[in-house]
Amino acid sequence: MSATAPASSALAADAVEPGRSLWQDAWARLRRNRMAVIGGVVLLVLTALSLFGPLFVAYSYEEQNLGLGAAPPSAAHLLGTDKLGRDQLARLFFGGRVSLLVGLAATSVSLTIGVLWGSIAGYAGGKLDAVMMRIVDILYALPFTIFVILLMTVFGRNFILLFVAIGAVEWLTMARIVRGQVLALKRQEFIEAAVALGLRKRRIVLRHVVPNVLGPVMVYTTLTIPAVMLLEAFLSFLGLGVQPPMSSWGLLIKEGAEQMEEAPWLLIYPAVVFAATLFSLNFLGDGLRDALDVRASKD
Amino acid sequence: MPKLIARRILETIPVLFLVATITFFMMKAVPGGPLDTEKNIPQEIKVQIEAFYGLDQPLWKQYASYMGNLLRGDLGPSFKHANRSVNELIAAALPVSLELGGIALCIALLVGIPLGIAAAVRQNTWIDYLASTTAMAGICLPTFVMGPLLVLVFALHFEQFNASGWDFARDRVLPALTLGLVYAGYIARLTRGGMLEVLNQDFIRTARAKGASETRVVFRHALRGGLLPVVSFLGPAIAGILTGSFVIETIFNIPGLGRHFVTSVFNRDATLTIGTALFYAALVVALNLAADIAGAMLNPKQRAN
Repeated sequence: MSATAPASSALAADAVEPGRSLWQDAWARLRRNRMAVIGGVVLLVLTALSLFGPLFVAYSYEEQNLGLGAAPPSAAHLLGTDKLGRDQLARLFFGGRVSLLVGLAATSVSLTIGVLWGSIAGYAGGKLDAVMMRIVDILYALPFTIFVILLMTVFGRNFILLFVAIGAVEWLTMARIVRGQVLALKRQEFIEAAVALGLRKRRIVLRHVVPNVLGPVMVYTTLTIPAVMLLEAFLSFLGLGVQPPMSSWGLLIKEGAEQMEEAPWLLIYPAVVFAATLFSLNFLGDGLRDALDVRASKD
Repeated sequence: MPKLIARRILETIPVLFLVATITFFMMKAVPGGPLDTEKNIPQEIKVQIEAFYGLDQPLWKQYASYMGNLLRGDLGPSFKHANRSVNELIAAALPVSLELGGIALCIALLVGIPLGIAAAVRQNTWIDYLASTTAMAGICLPTFVMGPLLVLVFALHFEQFNASGWDFARDRVLPALTLGLVYAGYIARLTRGGMLEVLNQDFIRTARAKGASETRVVFRHALRGGLLPVVSFLGPAIAGILTGSFVIETIFNIPGLGRHFVTSVFNRDATLTIGTALFYAALVVALNLAADIAGAMLNPKQRAN
């Protein structure tokens, strides 16, 4: 559990040597974690490539060249082409945009639902809390992958729906974490002290509650993004997610796996890039957890 | 303890009811039906077929009769597989999926636990780093990446295994490995975390002070507590292995439950979809329950009350 130094804000005036804040501390610790730093850098590079890479490729992700077919990497097509003669590098960049976008958007959906649900339950307490958390318990027991698959069949393979469906699945753990944090915080002395000092509610929430909830939420968010990207890729692999001629890393892996015998480059590049992204996100999440000293707890 | 078990069993009833209801109405909401095939069926025959399956009834009646049959354990006829009931299809596919899942789970435990123990006992040495990185690789390489890569290397390049099928004993190797290694990664991480926590506790210091050998400390004193997180993960892990079989069975062309589920969704074979979804849900719920109870039995704090 991470607690901000309670007194530093109000009384012990700034005359004293300025202490290091929770975040400065965490940042220093994070920077010492080599795997987390490498993960962060890899992520930045991959994001930059996905965003700006398409500007530097002469082909678009959907431009076909049927005469060419599935050609191995060459000077004209650095990573080769797929069976419709589409440039693999362009599709990989564009797929990165889609996969990262799904990761971020679906995570925001789950973040919003989870934080709201958890903080309301934790703050209200009593019967409302009991009912809300029982709902979470019941939903936890449902095999959600099956529902996402059903949702995608019922409403067609809609891009926006993909965000919502995945986000709606992944908020449960977040709700539990936030509720636990809020419950624990309500009883902490430094919150009582802040109340006793007559601080305004707004200041208590912004200065004392939010920073303490933010750590675990941030850590869990970093770990949700790879889970979400994995689910998107899983759906696309089964043919239920992103549809061609659009591109996503999951879809590219699927297409690559279909012809890995004749054209292994179609499988290997997207697989490596996707795995590297998941690796980086997980290492960064672990590093953040250690840096912010968050204990993973279920409730 | 019996109270806890009774409460958890009662909790499964609303879950299963919810799954049945949601899947039923979702499949009804799907545009296009199981009978919309390429061929044009004459109107009279279509009406007859619909009457046979009860599709001409109002929705609430279909729902009521489906739920009624469900209570008797009857999942109805399949729309696509002529003359076969969903029960028969599941019964035929289940052993295949269970075999695949069972081998995968064994691989996951046999690889994951030793890896985790080694990492924890030699914390912050190269053994730890190697084990932790391997575990992370297992987690980060999703089944649909690992599967095709294994096929590419071992089936196509070295030609040691068949790329797909489920006919010979050696056909089990690649799919079970693909499925098992992912969970081996998770289990290794959990074992490492759990062991590290236990190894720092007072009773371990006491055991060492009393002169117990390192082997005895690790395996006799620490392991039981250190494996607690693994036991509580087993429920979700088995659930994951079961849903993971959607992809594995598709990649390797294995006639199991997962492939039935995926193809039934594409075929709009509503009864088969609902049947398999419900069956999966019941399995997951039961396994979570078993894992909870096992965890409670291993944990002295919970056993007391």
